[in-house]
Amino acid sequence: MRRYISAYFEDEENLLRATKDLRDKQLSIQDVLTPFPIHGLDPILGFKRSRIPTIGFIGGAIGCIIAFGFQAWAFVVDYPLFIGGKPHFAIPSFIPITFELTVLFAAFAMVFAFLIRSKLGPGANNPIHDERITDDRFMIIVDLDEAGNQDELVKEILLKEEAQEIKVKEIDK
Amino acid sequence: MEEKYTLKRKTQYGILSIAGVGILLLILGYFIESPNRQELWANVLINNLYFLFIALFGGVFLALHKIAYAGWYTALKRIPEALTKFLPISAALMFLIYFGMHDLYHWSHEGLHDPILEGKAAYLNVPFFFVRMALYFLGWIGLTYLLRKNTLDQDLNPDLKYHNRGKILAALFMVFFAISSSTMSWDWIMSIDAHWFSTLFGWFIFIGMFVCGIATIILLIAFLKSQGYLEYINKEHIHDMGKYLFAFSIFWMYLWFSQYLLIWYSHIPEETAYFAPRLTDHKILFFTVLVINFLFPFLALMTRDAKRNLKWLSFVAIVVLIGHWLNVYMLVIPGTIGKTAQIGLIEIGFIALYLGGFLYVVFTSLAKTPLLVKNDPLLEESFHYET
Repeated sequence: MRRYISAYFEDEENLLRATKDLRDKQLSIQDVLTPFPIHGLDPILGFKRSRIPTIGFIGGAIGCIIAFGFQAWAFVVDYPLFIGGKPHFAIPSFIPITFELTVLFAAFAMVFAFLIRSKLGPGANNPIHDERITDDRFMIIVDLDEAGNQDELVKEILLKEEAQEIKVKEIDK
Repeated sequence: MEEKYTLKRKTQYGILSIAGVGILLLILGYFIESPNRQELWANVLINNLYFLFIALFGGVFLALHKIAYAGWYTALKRIPEALTKFLPISAALMFLIYFGMHDLYHWSHEGLHDPILEGKAAYLNVPFFFVRMALYFLGWIGLTYLLRKNTLDQDLNPDLKYHNRGKILAALFMVFFAISSSTMSWDWIMSIDAHWFSTLFGWFIFIGMFVCGIATIILLIAFLKSQGYLEYINKEHIHDMGKYLFAFSIFWMYLWFSQYLLIWYSHIPEETAYFAPRLTDHKILFFTVLVINFLFPFLALMTRDAKRNLKWLSFVAIVVLIGHWLNVYMLVIPGTIGKTAQIGLIEIGFIALYLGGFLYVVFTSLAKTPLLVKNDPLLEESFHYET
């Protein structure tokens, strides 16, 4: 059992200030959920740079090599056919498929890397803190166990920024 | 906030000396290389087109962001506005082509008895050619003048009506440009190889124009920042310009390849006639253009840090600008001079002369108006631009 505290905000400015306060007092924030991207939230939460682009590049490079290599092997070595009087190793005709597979591999690599890294996908255990979480409010969730069980301090910070419906929940994990 | 660019003596001398070097090289080249009329006219056409593209892109940049309701570009609006100031000079230079018609455009000769060209005569004839040219420039110069005047009026008057009028003007420019940029590229470039045609040629030229223009704006931002102006242009603005350069370099290659692949595949003599001289007589240049216009910016600007580093971005922009000059060169040369063409003193002299003139016009017009627009409702958004 882990204990979480969650609170709504009506305004993004309040959310930003509360997040900053919690971070300054080193109270571990589990997640911040907003209906739209908020400028300046990422640096306050201290997110590290995403490595998704690197994975995309690696995936794309693999796709590019596989597509080009396979076509070259198939058309030159394994089953050479004369098509339209072109040479067997006809680079321009390989390019469209190479391009498509580069994009496909890069996209798949990024999607799956994201799902695995965020522990999402089939069978994942993701407790829902509140039904309205994806609706129209700005929400902060604090992990109380990791925050050293300082319930009162967290509540005080949240209340100072006009938080609505502060709830403490126990969730199996 | 009030900011005004003052054209320093040093910059002015720098620009004039570029033009001076150009004239010197031209005189030298004239006596050493003794070029024929055709080579001179081909060079005039190449540089006319190249600098016209950059100037015209100023208008496209303004109109595009205006009708997309973009806010981020507002603080750097004066730079594309200054670019469009070259359009009247571009028009005058383009009309000079009248005297070189027969050296450049094979279809303009009398009594050809060529059934293909006779079929196209309703469109490709000398009077209509110049009527169209006049129409294009009338539209471009008129609409960019109105767009520029609109923001200058807005500087003096905070009324919202200027913002709304700007949107209408921008939409009109976009519609006019969409049609005229295609027909312009058929008239002035595609008709050099009058038997050949390609349906996506206009888009290919347009995207080349886009890349040239973005690279020029990046370089102007870098120059003005190095002089201590444009403090409000932050990393995010630079990042966006980098994204443009990166994305449209890829798109340029995409269109180039779409055109090439179909012609290569179907292998019909009427169509391959276009690529055959390029692949045999100018093989090295042909592939060089692809490497520096696509492969280099693609790899050099792939990471986020590369796009946000103004010094590196400016270097890439310079390389891409050279690449696109070579691209225009490859569009014009095989159909006019052909095999014997090579880049020598005359070519470099012409570039330097045009570049000097172009920079002189752009910098004097930058110095004329404040560098920062006023009263634009989206200006504040531009200052706080972050992603």
